[in-house]
Amino acid sequence: MRSFSLIDLVSLFAALRWTVVLVVLALAFGAPLALGLAMGRISRFAGLRWAMAGIIQVVQSVPLLGLLFFFYFGMPVFLGIHVPALVAVTVAYTLYTAAFLGEIWRGGLEAVKLAQWEAGSCLGLSLWQQFRHIIAPQALRLSLPPTVGFLVQLIKGTSLASILGFVELARAGQVVSAATFQPLLTYALVAAIYFALCLPLTLWSRSLEARLDGSR
Amino acid sequence: MALVEIRDVHKKFGRVDVLKGVSLDVEEGEIVTIIGRSGSGKSTLLRCINALESVDAGEIRVEGQKVYAGMPDLKKFRQHVGIVFQAFNLFPHLKVERNITLAPLLTGRIDKAKARALALDVLTRVGLADKIDAWPEQLSGGQQQRVAIARCLAMAPHLMLFDEVTSALDPELVGEVLKVMEAMAKQGMTMILVTHEMGFARNVADRIVFMHQGRVWEQGPPAKLFANPETSELASFIASAK
Repeated sequence: MRSFSLIDLVSLFAALRWTVVLVVLALAFGAPLALGLAMGRISRFAGLRWAMAGIIQVVQSVPLLGLLFFFYFGMPVFLGIHVPALVAVTVAYTLYTAAFLGEIWRGGLEAVKLAQWEAGSCLGLSLWQQFRHIIAPQALRLSLPPTVGFLVQLIKGTSLASILGFVELARAGQVVSAATFQPLLTYALVAAIYFALCLPLTLWSRSLEARLDGSR
Repeated sequence: MALVEIRDVHKKFGRVDVLKGVSLDVEEGEIVTIIGRSGSGKSTLLRCINALESVDAGEIRVEGQKVYAGMPDLKKFRQHVGIVFQAFNLFPHLKVERNITLAPLLTGRIDKAKARALALDVLTRVGLADKIDAWPEQLSGGQQQRVAIARCLAMAPHLMLFDEVTSALDPELVGEVLKVMEAMAKQGMTMILVTHEMGFARNVADRIVFMHQGRVWEQGPPAKLFANPETSELASFIASAK
């Protein structure tokens, strides 16, 4: 056993990079997919709506841990493909992000009155122009608080990747705590780092919300 | 050739026959007011003229062009036919200026340099030049409706459709909207209005069309129609509207 030192603090911050990498990867791949799912959910084609709803339902029903296990341990068993840990984790977090964000954004899009699409269409705008200039900005403002709420969940949810060997923030906390035998201090620091990561997001979302609705 | 030609138009919503063979011509520069009870098919007819609804049978032509929901140049067509709704439908996330200039800019009607001047011009026509930098929710209902009219005018339409544009307004705000419409009528704009404002219909319209049970029941000049209705349905409608 040794006492808590600067090295331990540095190792916690070093581990933070995996937390950030996982969140960035999940958003980079998950957000476009989420937009596709959301658009599919409000499509005029019933088959597409049902297919997207099915995908979302399945992914949302499986625990994140289950997704991680499936893509890392399950793929070699079921399909005979060995998947590198980073790929497995990226795919799992991408699907998780897409399913939840997709549903949040679908709610935002549907909350904008149908008459707004109609008004745009009556002015001779194309479907894309209506979406881009009329619907999306209003849906974005409506979806912002739950989107940031999910983002905070995602940041904390990256701790599950430690099961597949990623030494991200929570796992690094475990290691440091075991080495120093100072769990209270270590986990308080880990919590503070998570808090420091999430707080600016919440503040940024509030300012963005205000900016998107200049009339209030 | 009439600007709007409507021939034996039928429209159903599910099992409900809303339009049962409507025929109507509207000449260029004419102001036609459609009156009738709720459910008589007035608004549906208006929405069919703008291809917001497709007809099940019959034909609608505007400037000789056949109109239907999936028509190939629908976007271009809609740029020439303005419609103003009961609920204004302004874009709440855009200031008044942007509400007005969005469509002319995106459709390439004007360039950026002329956008503000265009917004000012149409806002002046509806008496709201000082509100160019306001947000829609900072305006009263009457002002919002006038901005909605200005937004249509910015597209320089050949035909304007008004769907019960004063129905959602407090009584004291109705007058300001009607005044704008009256001014447009004087400038020669072809207009088709669905309205419950009998006074306005009587004073401004060239022709009144009374719809009943999905049909054009009676039509003619306001003075004749209001003074001597030919059918008992119109007579009772006029009596109930007084």
